[in-house]
Amino acid sequence: MSELAKIETETQIKPYTMNFGPQHPAAHGVLRLVLEMDGEVVERADPHIGLLHRGTEKLIEYKTYMQAVPYFDRLDYVSPMNQEHAFALATEKLLGVTAPLRAQYIRVLFCELTRILNHILNVTTFALDVGAITPALWGFEEREKGMEFYDRVCGARLHANYFRPGGVSQDLPSGLIDDMWEWTENFPKTLNDLDNLLTENRIFKQRTVDIGVVSKEQALDWGFTGPMIRASGLAWDLRKSQPYDVYDRMEFDIPTSQSGDCYARYLVRMEEMRQSLKIMRQCLKDMPQGPVKVNDYKISAPPRAEMKRSMEALIHHFKLFTEGYHVPAGETYTAVEAPKGEFGVYLVSNGTNRPERCRIRAPGFAHLQGLDFMSKGHLLADTVSIIGSMDIVFGEIDR
Amino acid sequence: MIAQLTKSFLLVEIIKGMALTLKYMFFMPKVTINYPFEKGPISPRFRGEHALRRYPNGEERCIACKLCEAICPALAITIEAEPREDGSRRTTRYDIDMTKCIYCGLCAEACPVDAIVEGPNFEFATETREELYYNKDRLLANGDRWEAQIASNLMADAPYR
Repeated sequence: MSELAKIETETQIKPYTMNFGPQHPAAHGVLRLVLEMDGEVVERADPHIGLLHRGTEKLIEYKTYMQAVPYFDRLDYVSPMNQEHAFALATEKLLGVTAPLRAQYIRVLFCELTRILNHILNVTTFALDVGAITPALWGFEEREKGMEFYDRVCGARLHANYFRPGGVSQDLPSGLIDDMWEWTENFPKTLNDLDNLLTENRIFKQRTVDIGVVSKEQALDWGFTGPMIRASGLAWDLRKSQPYDVYDRMEFDIPTSQSGDCYARYLVRMEEMRQSLKIMRQCLKDMPQGPVKVNDYKISAPPRAEMKRSMEALIHHFKLFTEGYHVPAGETYTAVEAPKGEFGVYLVSNGTNRPERCRIRAPGFAHLQGLDFMSKGHLLADTVSIIGSMDIVFGEIDR
Repeated sequence: MIAQLTKSFLLVEIIKGMALTLKYMFFMPKVTINYPFEKGPISPRFRGEHALRRYPNGEERCIACKLCEAICPALAITIEAEPREDGSRRTTRYDIDMTKCIYCGLCAEACPVDAIVEGPNFEFATETREELYYNKDRLLANGDRWEAQIASNLMADAPYR
């Protein structure tokens, strides 16, 4: 054996450590992944988080309950209203009030709109990650229409500040119900077009089928929720298992898939959009008339006309916007089915006008932990599709 | 099996996808807008750049009750007040740090006299941070400039507030 050949056989190639992000377009925000690579194969994926940490939980301890709502928009900034919903429900539970029926319908309606907007963003950028640009262009047109509904109902396209403890901030403007109904009739066309482009496409399938497989046991062990666990074959959905607001009146199915790979997660999200449309239609059809916030001026502001006329209402108005309201001491964990999974708020009140503690359970955090076992043994390019299919948003992971 | 092979050999799904793309390219109405010249619709509730309003007789509305300062979650508003020569309570200083503001709309919701509003303007980008520290003059000037639209928006939204 020649000297050269001997060196070659004895040389061990050390795993190559590589930084993926935080400035990488496929990292979906500020994810810094430290990858240990054996050639092109990932041996270990180590997500480093915290680059978007803003201290939301601590900040909320210094805000009144009304001031805390905008912070929830900024956690997962593609599904703002669902998170406000969790906080509103938690506060309502501690206050011992329930929102009026119309407010509950409005909330469910907009939660489902948000779910669709979130899934459009995820599915199309996922396709973008694996090489398809067209779905993103088409999907964003529909997203734009959805954000116009946001704008019309609350005045902002993303950071809504619309759901409040005790209802919603304002009633739906006239004509919105008709326009949303029209949109629910037209949107399936875009959905079908996306379906045509992606579902059977061989490039898309080669990049997603059997990539990042999560078994049912793994999904349960790692605390996965939302589409991540439903793609692994478990029909777990908080909207069905512990319905909040008017979800118990809605008729919808929980889409599941058995294979647990990136393709299955894509399919589950596509079907969830259709189910959300179904719920939106039911809400629009059954929307009752009535008030949109609790008729208790200690919790929700009196209408402006009355505030101008009545001294008592004016006092309530001033108290509400300076001191806020006092929430009885107690604690609650309230979770909602956000588009990404179980979004929970653990709220501790000490009887003052500010929360003692507000712990936020973000679904993306649990999902990101699974990145290591999901990408082990896959190629570098597959890590990108796994991250894309996990639906990672750093606003909620870093909080 | 054979059907699947033929499908895969003839690139059926790729051709279908391309046909769909070409259909969008040539036979669908365009959806883009020529932005600085055309703008998308905004609602009467839109929360954009702040403005301080005046009454029709030119008197400023703000009475320095400081509700907006109290509710602001981002602590972006600073107000100082003292009685004017004629005895009415007015602000001597009304600053909004637009770099801190999160455009939640709570100041406009809190204002009992509709003085501070978030107007329809969303094009106020600047080249320096300093230009975004708005003072009272700037806010009143905004109010004068956008008053027509702000008033009509408030009118349209009045039944819901």
